[in-house]
Amino acid sequence: MTVTETPVTSEAARPAPRRRRRSANRSSRDAWVLVLPALIPVLILSVVPLARGVYLGFTDSRAGLGIKTHVIGFANFSKLWHNSLLLESFRIGLIWAVSVTLLQFLLALGLALLLNEDLRLRWLARTLALIPWAMSPVIVAILWKLLLSPTVGPIDITLNRLHISQTHINWLGDFNTALPAVIIVGVWVGMPQTTITLLAGLQGIPSELQEAAAVDGANTWDRFFHITLPHLRPIIFAITSLDFIWNFNSFGLVYVLTAGGPGGKTMLPMLFAYNEAFRYGNFGYAAAMGDVMVLVVVVFLGLYLRAGLRRSEA
Amino acid sequence: MTRRRPMTRAAQYVALAAYLVFLGFPLLWLLSMSLKSPRELASIAPQLIPKHFHWSNYSDALSEQGLLRAGLNSLLVAIASTALTIAVALPAAYALGRFKTRLRGIATGWILVSQLFPVVLIVIPLFMILRSLHLLNSLVGLTLVYVVWTLPFALWMLRGYVAALPPDLEEAAAVDGASRPRILVSIVLPLLRPGIVATAMFAFISSWNEFFFALVLLRGNAQTLPLSLSLFVGSEGQVSLGPLAAAAVLATIPSLLVFAVIQRRLTSGLLAGAVKG
Repeated sequence: MTVTETPVTSEAARPAPRRRRRSANRSSRDAWVLVLPALIPVLILSVVPLARGVYLGFTDSRAGLGIKTHVIGFANFSKLWHNSLLLESFRIGLIWAVSVTLLQFLLALGLALLLNEDLRLRWLARTLALIPWAMSPVIVAILWKLLLSPTVGPIDITLNRLHISQTHINWLGDFNTALPAVIIVGVWVGMPQTTITLLAGLQGIPSELQEAAAVDGANTWDRFFHITLPHLRPIIFAITSLDFIWNFNSFGLVYVLTAGGPGGKTMLPMLFAYNEAFRYGNFGYAAAMGDVMVLVVVVFLGLYLRAGLRRSEA
Repeated sequence: MTRRRPMTRAAQYVALAAYLVFLGFPLLWLLSMSLKSPRELASIAPQLIPKHFHWSNYSDALSEQGLLRAGLNSLLVAIASTALTIAVALPAAYALGRFKTRLRGIATGWILVSQLFPVVLIVIPLFMILRSLHLLNSLVGLTLVYVVWTLPFALWMLRGYVAALPPDLEEAAAVDGASRPRILVSIVLPLLRPGIVATAMFAFISSWNEFFFALVLLRGNAQTLPLSLSLFVGSEGQVSLGPLAAAAVLATIPSLLVFAVIQRRLTSGLLAGAVKG
């Protein structure tokens, strides 16, 4: 198999490979033939559009047909910088992504630790934890809209009955509660994937280690901090990074829950960009927003992963 | 330590109960609402268990013209895109799992990069491309987009399954003089069946539940189920809550059934893809 690792790209395109390295070239040509049916649609409908999307950020492209598009350099970006609504949207997006990712992780870690124990009803928790994963974001949003409804929703009525709150709270419609309410829904829907990933990691920790530590007199906390957590570290970094990307770029859930309201309090960057592109037709401007979103995610993840690496070296 | 054990256990059960409520109550509530009569739904002292089971919410949801049509559209798109995804991903996954070409690094890189970019960057050019091909507002256009959109992960999963197959069988068949297509069809394909089933179900759920592309690319009469359900919520007040809850339950059933079958394989497939680098 190592023979095929020689450079293949230039020869692969040729119909007749040279005799001397016939078998190596043949298998690489076979690989290309097999990959081609996947490669072509991905190139046409994914790679090219993505490159063009990035490029559109530097143009004044608009939605209508037959409108001439001009390259305008960084004009969109300086406009973005002076748009206070948009900066607010990025602030909201970061609050949302960081708090959802963090809460998701803490709750999922707790649940994964429980599921890793020999408890009754474990199967039920495992099943329930997986259901939101199978649901469309639209249905999750409908479900929580019904739950959080100020008139017929059980959450509000329970709080009233327990005398925790005296008035009816319009969770998704109130300036102060909309973002926290949406964050809770985000945590609920994203927990399954994080839980299952962490559980898989937990099950990969050799039990001899825990037993040996217990024999040496380490208590539950010690074992958690000195054995479990260090072993989980790579998985924790992987899943929280992915969760952060997914949350920062998320759209459907909040779009159906609040559509960015009330008064833009839950206007995630994706919602802002969607409105800009498909409500107002400013394709170039919306694409520039997308470009900035990529930068924000890259910078954030870079800082996060660097901090993680440094800590594991120390 | 042995003395603290029962306390720890009790605390664990309390925590587990809290999780069960947090995760399960919303689902039970949806189910309960789907079975309540309009009068009971408007009650200011709602009960979890309906007084009378009002099954007609379900028939009302089904008789809603737009919803049934949208459900059929969703089914059509999900089946077509699943079949296409598998057909396209299978050979590629085999190549990536078996040959050590540069493609492998490129494919992995692309899968990671495609996660990083917000969909808005890709959807604007896609909108323009589909418009010029007259595939906007068309289920065919949406299907193509779904295929490409699920392909990276489907490829990732399938490649893991291919890499897990021992190559000995194929080599033995090659020694016996079987041609490569023959080997693929009569040896690799049957062995891969569980992996194919899991990947197909994953692709089915992805397109059945997808919302954003449908919202942007379908602006005419053709609608998918998530899209038409989201429109119902938009005009809240006009729609009765019971049938809405019933429709939400019905729309979840297919993906739940599929999910029940694959959930174990999905996680093992993920890990297989991740480990067999």
